[in-house]
Amino acid sequence: MRIHFKTSYNDDIRLFEDRFTALKYAVLLAFAIALPFLLGDFYLGEATNVLIWAIAGLGLMLLTGQTGQVSLGHAAFLALGAYSNLILLDKGVPFIISFPLAGIITGVVGTIIAIPALRLHGIYLAIATMTISILADDIIVLTEPWTGGVVGMFPPTIDIFGFEIERWSQPDRFYYLVLITTVICTLFYRNLLRAPLGRAFAAVRDSEVSAAAMGVHISRTKMTAFGISCAITGLAGALMGYFSGMVNNETFTVVISIQLLMMIVIGGLGTIHGAFFGAFVVAFLPQGLSIAKDWFGSSSVAIPGLETGVFGMILILFILFEPGGIYGRWVKTRIWLELFPFARKDMFKRQKSYLKTERLR
Amino acid sequence: MSLLEIKNATLKFGGVTAVDDLSFSVEEGEVYAIVGPNGAGKSTVFNLISRFYDPFAGSIHFDGHDLLKSPPERVADFGIARTFQNIELFDNASVLQNLLVGRHRHRQTNMLQEMLFTPKARREEIAHREAVEEVIDFLDLQPYRNKLIAGLPYGVRKVVELARALASGPKMLLLDEPASGLSVEETQDLRWWIDDIRKQMGITVLMVEHDMGLVSGVCDRVLALADGAKLAEGTPAEVQSNPAVIEAYLGVGAA
Amino acid sequence: MEFFQLFVSGLANGSVYGLIALGFVLIYKATEAVNFAQGDFMMLGAFIALWLTNPEYIGLSFWIAAPMAMAAMGGLGYALDVTIIRRMFGQSQTAVVILTIALGFVIRFVAGLFWGHEPQTLQSPLAVGDLTIGGVVLGMADVTIIVVTGLLTFALFQFFKRTKLGLAMQASSQNQMAAYYMGIPVKRVQGFIWALSGVVAAVAGILFASKGAIDPNAGLLGIKAFAAAVIGGFGSLPGALIGGLIIGVIEPFAARYLPAGYSQMAPYALLLFVLVFRPHGLFSQVRTKKV
Repeated sequence: MRIHFKTSYNDDIRLFEDRFTALKYAVLLAFAIALPFLLGDFYLGEATNVLIWAIAGLGLMLLTGQTGQVSLGHAAFLALGAYSNLILLDKGVPFIISFPLAGIITGVVGTIIAIPALRLHGIYLAIATMTISILADDIIVLTEPWTGGVVGMFPPTIDIFGFEIERWSQPDRFYYLVLITTVICTLFYRNLLRAPLGRAFAAVRDSEVSAAAMGVHISRTKMTAFGISCAITGLAGALMGYFSGMVNNETFTVVISIQLLMMIVIGGLGTIHGAFFGAFVVAFLPQGLSIAKDWFGSSSVAIPGLETGVFGMILILFILFEPGGIYGRWVKTRIWLELFPFARKDMFKRQKSYLKTERLR
Repeated sequence: MSLLEIKNATLKFGGVTAVDDLSFSVEEGEVYAIVGPNGAGKSTVFNLISRFYDPFAGSIHFDGHDLLKSPPERVADFGIARTFQNIELFDNASVLQNLLVGRHRHRQTNMLQEMLFTPKARREEIAHREAVEEVIDFLDLQPYRNKLIAGLPYGVRKVVELARALASGPKMLLLDEPASGLSVEETQDLRWWIDDIRKQMGITVLMVEHDMGLVSGVCDRVLALADGAKLAEGTPAEVQSNPAVIEAYLGVGAA
Repeated sequence: MEFFQLFVSGLANGSVYGLIALGFVLIYKATEAVNFAQGDFMMLGAFIALWLTNPEYIGLSFWIAAPMAMAAMGGLGYALDVTIIRRMFGQSQTAVVILTIALGFVIRFVAGLFWGHEPQTLQSPLAVGDLTIGGVVLGMADVTIIVVTGLLTFALFQFFKRTKLGLAMQASSQNQMAAYYMGIPVKRVQGFIWALSGVVAAVAGILFASKGAIDPNAGLLGIKAFAAAVIGGFGSLPGALIGGLIIGVIEPFAARYLPAGYSQMAPYALLLFVLVFRPHGLFSQVRTKKV
């Protein structure tokens, strides 16, 4: 086990605890950059999908994992990001502006939606956000002159000062675009965590009362959390539009909202790694299932609801046996290995806790 | 002019009068205690000052500012910091992170600077950490610096509550039953700390307490409350021997 | 006349929503958990009854099959509590919500495996016939739904208010540790509540499936039942029913009088409105906490 002897505040603040960890992530980044040379088109597309879901996961993680505001409605913001981008492109705005602008628009809308949500907690917030996601479907149809309603919109080829990125014929270029976006979002998130705002988010999550007593402006902090979260989610939505090649009112349903939340719980709530692990599961679950079906000899049988059913099962197992998610299990395994053979039994035993009513707040 | 001035504050919850036409003031640099039997309204007074409740009538002035015009978040900006009776720490964070939240009112960076972690953000972060280290040194919390609150014993958590309040660099500290649940040694430590807080840091202390030993040892003046109304005010010795106070605690005939 | 017709059919649908909402509130009152899978419980209860009654499956008499389905769902509720929910003891509300959402997905999948995805109708004697009152024709199914729901709500309300078990349930939802100290077998009480919820869901399912066709996705109307529970105020049993009736009645009127794209938004828009302006519903049970 590495003991860190820190000699300055900067040692505590830095992104990676020590050179070794920084090296590990550098290697990971190098691997990610080299991926198009290692994988064929199909698997590169899958990797791109993982990254896009990871961005969406980061967005929701900031709001739900870090600030404690449960949202079952983030598919609506995915949709908003996707449509904003496409509508702006339609009006002739170049991609280099429309893409970040779509994120900003979604962020601003998210901040506005946060205002009535400020007074809602727990289950009420979950239901309110879920309702927004359900209504998004109908609103997209109603605003048909802009959104194309049920027919939908088709993303054109990306054009950055003449440099073209076409999702199907140039998957490596698209992959790099997604990778750059992912790295930037992750960096922003990580920076927030080591700054006052990230701590304020956690304070709002853990105890609103004492956070207010310490001078944290609860409403403003929640609105900021919603804003940044929705902005990141909007970017993911825009990318999803390119990935699937088409968006209409059924692309971003309530089920996607729920899947997103389940995904970050499976990955590890409250952690950056969790978003990535969860994204990995979501993106590769269909593959895993079809391999399993081959194995059982029923590969041709289409079983509706299989994916969501299995996903639900995985989530239940994690919540029951490993609430820390995949990342939680990873950390425990790593600690066990580092301490080997001195790992104590029951090192991670959870404290027994009793329910206290949340109706008296 | 007193640092804290409360005049004719009244608060009712339904049919129960929690605070009844209460007036008192706290001078700068003194250690002032509010005592009284359970249900006398002591924590309610704190919650009025913290602006979690709105009084029906009366005024609250701190350092010349009219508190009733401010929301709870602004109270910290004026220089008031408080602890809570039933420890309201951030359970999923470490001690260090809890204390750093205490510095929130001194935040100079905005969202964008923090996301990009500009050199200014870095400088500010280091300044916050230096300030917090002073508090950690003062309260001997070094062994617990990076431990999560969730695993800490009760006595340590109480100290962290105090530390977090101190980290905000307040003019006045509101301590809600700081000694409840503490052992004799821990209460003794608390006594020296409160004394140091007053003498070395020049912070005014207002506390709600049941432990009369602690109160007599460290407080300048005491206010005795019963049923939300002032029963007696004066030095600890005066209040303890006041017949009305004895009657409120022990009943008629004990005076 | 048309008004009355719409109103009554709205009442009948609303009663089904109300029954499901009742299930939510039962569990919430006793454990402060929200069972997002309640709608799917209803669907499962309906399918079990269908499986037992319909001639293409087992073909028992309805009057035997219905209680059997109710018992089965009661047993399932209890089993779910013992195996899964109990392990979540003391964890936050949010975790249980996410868990029950996942549970809903799993139940839907399993139901699809067993019974397929084609809509099927329960062949019950309740649906037969009409009742004509003053020129208005009411289907017997609708009338039965309204009557049964009303009786059930009344019975449950009395149960919580007057019986020892009912009080024990309320106690354990407000402060588990204190309930333990008072000698309340908190875990068993919780199991019983989940069983009761399952039975209520089965009743809702049987009534619903007698009236119209169901398929494994029928549980999604649980979301509207949610709206009902929120509007009524999550801790209130009669509130749940009234919330359900409100939503049930609004739907046909919205469909009739609002333009096509807007009418299906009505219950959700109402829900949002209530959440923003009176989040604790009409019969609120939340008070402020002393810190």
